[in-house]
Amino acid sequence: MLNEISITHILFVSTALFFIGVYGLLTRRNLITILMSVELMLNSVNINFVAFNKYLFPEKMDGIFFSIFIIAIAAAEAAVAIAIIINLYRSHQSIDVEDASEMKY
Amino acid sequence: MSASVIIFYCISALILTAGVVAVTARKIFRAAIGLLFSLIGIAALFFWMDVNFLAAVQIVVYVGGIVVLIIFSIFLTDQSGSELPKPILKRQIFSILSVVFAIAFVCNLINRTSFYHSKDIFDTSVKRIGNAMLDTNSVGYALPFEVVSILLLAAMIGSIVIAMKSKNTKQEKLK
Repeated sequence: MLNEISITHILFVSTALFFIGVYGLLTRRNLITILMSVELMLNSVNINFVAFNKYLFPEKMDGIFFSIFIIAIAAAEAAVAIAIIINLYRSHQSIDVEDASEMKY
Repeated sequence: MSASVIIFYCISALILTAGVVAVTARKIFRAAIGLLFSLIGIAALFFWMDVNFLAAVQIVVYVGGIVVLIIFSIFLTDQSGSELPKPILKRQIFSILSVVFAIAFVCNLINRTSFYHSKDIFDTSVKRIGNAMLDTNSVGYALPFEVVSILLLAAMIGSIVIAMKSKNTKQEKLK
């Protein structure tokens, strides 16, 4: 039943996906694309949780539950973030992070 | 090389290429489609790891919910056909360098660690998940479940309040 792929390969994939998300976070200047990068990073963490649960502690279910709660919190976070983005677009006519610098003060 | 190994490499290739498209595409709509395929690939990876319930949740919440929400917000804010400005070259180079270095560092770290693979059977039936989720003893998750439900309610009300058009902004626009 268990396949010959070891946990190391799954961890490589999730590491690469996480840092692809970090790259998007560093280079993008558009708020929606930054949100998309954050979603990629959250998903790579989910892969890690499930892989550790499956390969190292199959008798427990903590990894699955952490993934479920991360998915729920990510949905809430995306809804709030998009509401903020729409509000920002209404007041600034732009969703570029450089145009929103007055939010700092 | 068995079929499941080949399937794993196909799924990982899909996830990573779609992820690269999602963060590098110049057209924002194309980036959203890249994100969509990356999330579908992750759901496939969950299926491959025998966590069917989580894969279904991933498809319902991410592919059916968050990506659609993102695409809607793209339509509401940007012109979906317009190109994003090119990132500054210096910033791009340093980002690529730091990301490649970080991937190499972490992969090296993973390679050195030896993981003990347990031989137990991984049982993730929906019945077991549901029992554990509403259990109140030390291994149950009833409290986080309730806390998350309150958080979702708060997020829903909060996002409605934030996105609502207030009368003041309407009057300001008229001026």
